[in-house]
Amino acid sequence: MNEPHQEQIRLPQGMRVALFVTCLADLFRPSVAFASIKLLQQAGCEVTVPLLQTCCGQPSYNSGDYESTVPLARQVITLLEPADYVVVPSGSCAGMICHHYPRLLHGAWHDRALQLAAKTFELTVFLHDIARIAPTEIQSCGYPTVTYHDGCAGLRELGIRDQPRQLLRELCGIEVSELQQSEVCCGFGGTFCAKMPEISGKMVDDKLKSALDTGAGILAGGDLGCLLNIAGRARRQGDAIEVRHIAELLCGDLSAPAIGQSS
Amino acid sequence: MQQHSDTFLDNASAALKNSGQAQRRDFFALFAPLVRSAAVAEFEGFEQLRKHIKQVRQHSLDNLEHYLSQFEQEAVHNGNHVHFARDGGELNSLVLDICQQNGARRIAKGKSMVTEETGLNSFLQRAGLDVMETDLGEYIIQQAGETPSHIVGPALHKSAAEIRELFLHKHDLGPRELPQTEDLVGEARQVLREHFLKAELGIIGANALIAENGYSMLVTNEGNGDLCANLPRVMVVCTTIDRVLPRAQDATAMQRLLVRSATGQAQTCYTSFYSGPRRESDIDGPLEVHFVLLDNRRSDILGSDYREILECIRCGACLNHCPIYAAVGGHAYGWVYPGPVGSVLTPLLTSLEQSHALPNACTSCGRCAEVCPANIPLPDLLRDLRHEENKSKLSAPRWRYGLKLHAWLARHPPLYQALTGVAVRILHLLGRRRGSFARLPFADGWTSERHFPAPQERTFMQLYKARMTPRDER
Repeated sequence: MNEPHQEQIRLPQGMRVALFVTCLADLFRPSVAFASIKLLQQAGCEVTVPLLQTCCGQPSYNSGDYESTVPLARQVITLLEPADYVVVPSGSCAGMICHHYPRLLHGAWHDRALQLAAKTFELTVFLHDIARIAPTEIQSCGYPTVTYHDGCAGLRELGIRDQPRQLLRELCGIEVSELQQSEVCCGFGGTFCAKMPEISGKMVDDKLKSALDTGAGILAGGDLGCLLNIAGRARRQGDAIEVRHIAELLCGDLSAPAIGQSS
Repeated sequence: MQQHSDTFLDNASAALKNSGQAQRRDFFALFAPLVRSAAVAEFEGFEQLRKHIKQVRQHSLDNLEHYLSQFEQEAVHNGNHVHFARDGGELNSLVLDICQQNGARRIAKGKSMVTEETGLNSFLQRAGLDVMETDLGEYIIQQAGETPSHIVGPALHKSAAEIRELFLHKHDLGPRELPQTEDLVGEARQVLREHFLKAELGIIGANALIAENGYSMLVTNEGNGDLCANLPRVMVVCTTIDRVLPRAQDATAMQRLLVRSATGQAQTCYTSFYSGPRRESDIDGPLEVHFVLLDNRRSDILGSDYREILECIRCGACLNHCPIYAAVGGHAYGWVYPGPVGSVLTPLLTSLEQSHALPNACTSCGRCAEVCPANIPLPDLLRDLRHEENKSKLSAPRWRYGLKLHAWLARHPPLYQALTGVAVRILHLLGRRRGSFARLPFADGWTSERHFPAPQERTFMQLYKARMTPRDER
């Protein structure tokens, strides 16, 4: 599951990259999508945003409603397949497209899903491994200490671990303060967190405790699902730690209040 | 064993409130992955062996009938009796018959999850037999009247203090203090020795059945399996049909993965191969040996989409790495097999109706599949079970229809974007002052444990489309 799903190719200038915004960025945090566009442009890509996008279908898929997910997956494939590359600012949505669409679909759709999977990348993987973004200047943005939460799907389905850390180092001059048991789930799990709230609450509590133990002022991550969960718990407990998507840090724009905080 | 999987959420809630056990689980969840990863890192070729064993297990299951009949033939040739049991009731009756035919009243039993599955102990006890568990963990929970909370360490949920109190209460050995853990182990050893010497029949499990020579393999750390096998006159091996492997070298190869994955050891203290009854030249060993091989729906699983779960080698690594198992412990799952493997097996071996909460006790984090030595795609199998739950309308209607509606809306982008645009606007206006909601109607599952972050001012799609109009282009 951890093998890279495609060989790494150098990006010819001006390649057309379609941004799959993800429903959580669309609804909760447009700043993540705008930061992604800015970073992709900075890496020399021509960015398009297909306007008819909605959601990748994880909620129904992970709840076992495959019948509702299949037409949605086909819709996403049809929408995104004209692009040279598809970039997704979420490990779990990228994992959905790369691993679960091919598992869900059969026949000709299976082949189309595989073709889409071959050119679909999570944002930090694309920026670091494919587009090889170079820092314009090290934006030593005066950030407080940063700790990083690895979303499970990104970590284990797509093998994302070093890319976000290296980008933070190269673009922002930040060394991540690692939290203990960083490979353990934060308890989000899509609908899991609402179906089994008590168990999820214990898990996110543990995660937040490890994050606070690092003394970091910002917890960054690549998956808004996890981040909404962790930020929500931090607000519930009155913890001051800021929770942010890595795209916002990388493009040096922290003007939007952190997740769950007021301006 | 009585099943309580249908009350999983209540069981979990009670477990989370037991702070002593929760603390031990936290420690175990930190410790077990560390020893496993150290053992795997030290052992070159783990990945290679994992791939090899996967192929061996697949091949064995593809040719299960062939290897089972080869095993039977070889085992009978070695002087064993081989019985097949269709279900738990049949296994229990077969074992009772063997006990009665041999006039055995005192039974020494080694650790066996299969006999937990069939409820053998209580069945034999109801027939008037004296059954004593001899694996230390199993002995402790038998004395406490409890069930295993882990497939490898059945008494992991108990503290030394609880065990001390239990022993002082249960063993009639006069005044004593048992201050150290060693004292507890020593006392259990003393009590169990007596029983080993008196037992007329021993029951053990098996980690593998070897088709080419009719042997069974068992790994233990306490040596109690060997005492159960060698001291009583009669020995019974209870296991399931899917344990069969073609060759002895397959069993030893599997053992190298099993032990490292289970306890982080390179070897268990004892790895035993049982060939059959005592031969003329042997100085010890049982006079009569029976194998009782249980099916209990495994043939059905073999022909289903879940057949990979039969490749499980029962190491427990998926339990040790599952954050949900760590949070709630084994008893919450309400049956014999907990954790990710249990959440797949329980619906298949009992019924989805009773246990459909279990496949939902998963965040698809994938840590179980990452460490599974048999490379079983546990999160995929659990999702497939949720698919069946959904098709059989066992899931809560508000979730089922809610998610169906969400997927339907997502397939109608203009409508979806219009509705989400309005919803986001309202939530933003209501939440902008505090930045998050402590409570929200219809979101109590979320807000019972955490605030609900308020969205930014508009949806991305609204903002992006607005920027695209010439008016906004600067």
